[in-house]
Amino acid sequence: MTSLVFYFQVHQPFRLRRYTFFDIGVHDGYFDDTENARIVRRVAEKCYLPMTDVLLKLVERHQGKFKCAFSVSGTALEQMEIWSPESLANFQRLAATGCVEFLCETSHHSLAFLADREEFEAQVKAQKARVKALFGKEPTAFRNTELVVDNRVARWAEDLGFKAILGEGADHLLGWRSAHRVYRPETCERIKILLRSYKLSDDIAFRFSNRAWSEWPLTTERFASWVHALPPEDQFVGLFMDFETFGEHQWKDTGIFDFMAHLPEAILRHPRFSFATPSEIAARFDPISRLDIPHPVSWADAERDLTAWLGNHMQRAAHEALYSLAPAVRKAAAAGRTDLYEKWKKLTTSDHVYYQCTKWFSDGDVHKYFSPYSSPHDAFIAFMNVLDDLARRVARVQQETPVEIPTP
Amino acid sequence: MKVLMLGWEFPPHISGGLGTACFGLTQGLAHHGVEVTFVVPKKWGDEDQRFVRLLGADTVPVRRWVSVERTESGPRVAMREPGDACEPEEVVRSPLPRGPALAGGTVEKRSRTDTLETTLRLLEVESTLRPYLGETGYLQYLTEVTGLSSGELVRRFEAAPEEARRAVQELQAALFEPGVASASVDTSRIEAVLAREEKLSFSGFYGPDLMAEVARYALVVGEVARHEPFDVVHAHDWMTYPAGIVAARISGKPLVVHMHACEYDRSGEHVNERVRALEQLGLGAADRVICVSHYTANTLRTRYQVDPDRLRVVHNAVTHKDQVEGWHWEKHMPEPIVLFLGRVTFQKGPDYFLEAAARVVKVEPRVKFVMSGSGDMLPKMIERSARLGLARHIHFTGFLKGDDVERMYAMADIYVMPSVSEPFGISPLEAMALDVPVILSRQSGVSEILRNALKVDFWDVQDMANKILALIRYPSLARQLTEEGRDELSTFRWDVRGKLVREVYEEVVA
Repeated sequence: MTSLVFYFQVHQPFRLRRYTFFDIGVHDGYFDDTENARIVRRVAEKCYLPMTDVLLKLVERHQGKFKCAFSVSGTALEQMEIWSPESLANFQRLAATGCVEFLCETSHHSLAFLADREEFEAQVKAQKARVKALFGKEPTAFRNTELVVDNRVARWAEDLGFKAILGEGADHLLGWRSAHRVYRPETCERIKILLRSYKLSDDIAFRFSNRAWSEWPLTTERFASWVHALPPEDQFVGLFMDFETFGEHQWKDTGIFDFMAHLPEAILRHPRFSFATPSEIAARFDPISRLDIPHPVSWADAERDLTAWLGNHMQRAAHEALYSLAPAVRKAAAAGRTDLYEKWKKLTTSDHVYYQCTKWFSDGDVHKYFSPYSSPHDAFIAFMNVLDDLARRVARVQQETPVEIPTP
Repeated sequence: MKVLMLGWEFPPHISGGLGTACFGLTQGLAHHGVEVTFVVPKKWGDEDQRFVRLLGADTVPVRRWVSVERTESGPRVAMREPGDACEPEEVVRSPLPRGPALAGGTVEKRSRTDTLETTLRLLEVESTLRPYLGETGYLQYLTEVTGLSSGELVRRFEAAPEEARRAVQELQAALFEPGVASASVDTSRIEAVLAREEKLSFSGFYGPDLMAEVARYALVVGEVARHEPFDVVHAHDWMTYPAGIVAARISGKPLVVHMHACEYDRSGEHVNERVRALEQLGLGAADRVICVSHYTANTLRTRYQVDPDRLRVVHNAVTHKDQVEGWHWEKHMPEPIVLFLGRVTFQKGPDYFLEAAARVVKVEPRVKFVMSGSGDMLPKMIERSARLGLARHIHFTGFLKGDDVERMYAMADIYVMPSVSEPFGISPLEAMALDVPVILSRQSGVSEILRNALKVDFWDVQDMANKILALIRYPSLARQLTEEGRDELSTFRWDVRGKLVREVYEEVVA
């Protein structure tokens, strides 16, 4: 039995307004509520609502045979609560079917695992509690921001009680081995790692509407035939993708919704195939071998590394300046100013450094679609100005001398 | 492919972006086998007269036929007499920039250019035209450079050979006759002026005003066009457009005009109608119009109704300078220095620079601002800076020459180009070549292609100040811009642009 494991990522950052040097010390309205509301409502209309409808119907129609998983970042949940409660209600409906698993991640979709273990664990625990409160079940599988995994993160996830962790099935990680088996990270004793089957995932997420692609137009029959041709030893196929694939990256008129609405029946036509959630796979199979992940591997770009977030001087400086403020911010929180702590947490969202990426300068503008700024340099300036203001407010709380943000 | 290029200035004396661009382009064209006869107006001084020969038995003041040739050991310059285009009389060591500049920037490229024979010939036409002149600026320059009073200059013009003077006056009248200010140009009156048979002498006098000199220059270039073999005429900016039209009519060859800056860039809404009319004339008569940016192409479409089918965009590139390293130690002041360097005129937006400075010093009083350059707005800017309370924070250096320009760039921590309207804008690239981070106006052509720069709308002085402060406060930003900027600069190459211009020539040469 080979199972298809769909996992969809839902995330929204709290985007910053163009906060200038002259705003420092004047106001702490860092976040662009108007823009955030506009984007969340648009994405809800084009993606969250229609696609959760499709999934609800699939679950109903296949009576327990169609399953999938979600990870919804805490910042996305918070914005849905404010600006699109009907989207949140649909996710809750999906959770209630028992066929949809909700994974855990860091509450603020952060890169805290790189800089500050204390913060990483705090965010994971906060997200765990929130998922349980909203979706009724404590999550047992973990996915880190941008699917980043290394031996250390896997170990931390194990220590936090997770049974499974998700990762990228990168070629340089696997070598000759298959992404369609369950592995155990080198440093772990209990947790199992499920890898993304990137080719099949990207056929849907990236290539679906590409008319230059030799397989265009992709039909459910053709995709199912690829799946049905997989060897019987394959335990599962990790189809991990951004939920915005449906309706945002691939627009409705590409036929993506119809594709998904009819894919399960095509897959299930062959009795050897089924659908499962990540935790079910982890419970069903023992790892076939250990997997060593000495360096962080992500699901981003051809490089599958962290260079989209920490690849240039600006990004590294912003990241370091942000986390150097962590101890002071936690002290301020202990002194009652949890609002400042929460603002700081919203700055840990990885999108803020992603907007500062310059690696696409040479080859097209992939990032432009995702960035609210006219340039990565403008993104850096706004972020650093906000951080400067926050540092001053934190310092004032403690009645200390102003905290200098180190600028390496 | 041979081109008669009506350009501006030539190394080692180049006063601005126009001359730099023209020279860079000739190098780029050389990479693609285009032979350039480069014609420049020049006020002759007391230089070495050994190689001076006048063309056409004294009647046309043209001299110094220079050719740059490729040899195994690199380029060399030969001085030739007119009419003796085959055998160099004497070969001299190049007084022109050596090495990479002429050989093409990289070693790999050199092997290609080595196969080229003669690629560039320089013709200096005696004239008092020079870049960036306005009508009053011309009169000032004319008296200065000749040492004669304006009355005496008019007398000399009137004492010029009757026929030559009449030809100048008739051409001038034909250039500005009613009706030329439309997209389709009737050049019949210009043809009539050119139809005369007798040989005229244009030596020994200048146009007593700018437009007369533009006409006189056009007639001299017309004489050159009679003697020179070429396939296409290429004229740079309005002062050479009449000359381009005349050369094209006399030779029957196609005309390409190049727009580096138009009257709306220089003067905003208060345009000089006669300058505008000559631009309209040249744009209308040209078979192709090369613009230095999409920004300029758009201006030409909307302001001059140029048919988009004839517009081509070729961005400027960078001439890589040798030995810039030495300037890095020049800085003696600990305070951050923010630099404006350019003509202090409406077009360059010096007033916005001051407004931003006033906002910056309120929060960072240690920052120093420097305004380098001269221009009609300079006195006003000095007064304005005092009114804004900037007296202690700003320095005016006046016009900088030669090495001082590079030294000034090298001293700066931030370079700002706040231009109101900048068709291209080469100066940010010069600053970047010296590792200075730049902030530039979005209302510029260079901002279309440059990524490693901070961009602002020129009127948004708050944002300009914000970005100056960010560069001062967050050193990683400056590091990011200069390190990646260095790589980016190396992609703006004249040999790449030369190919595009050659393609434009090929479109019009049947």
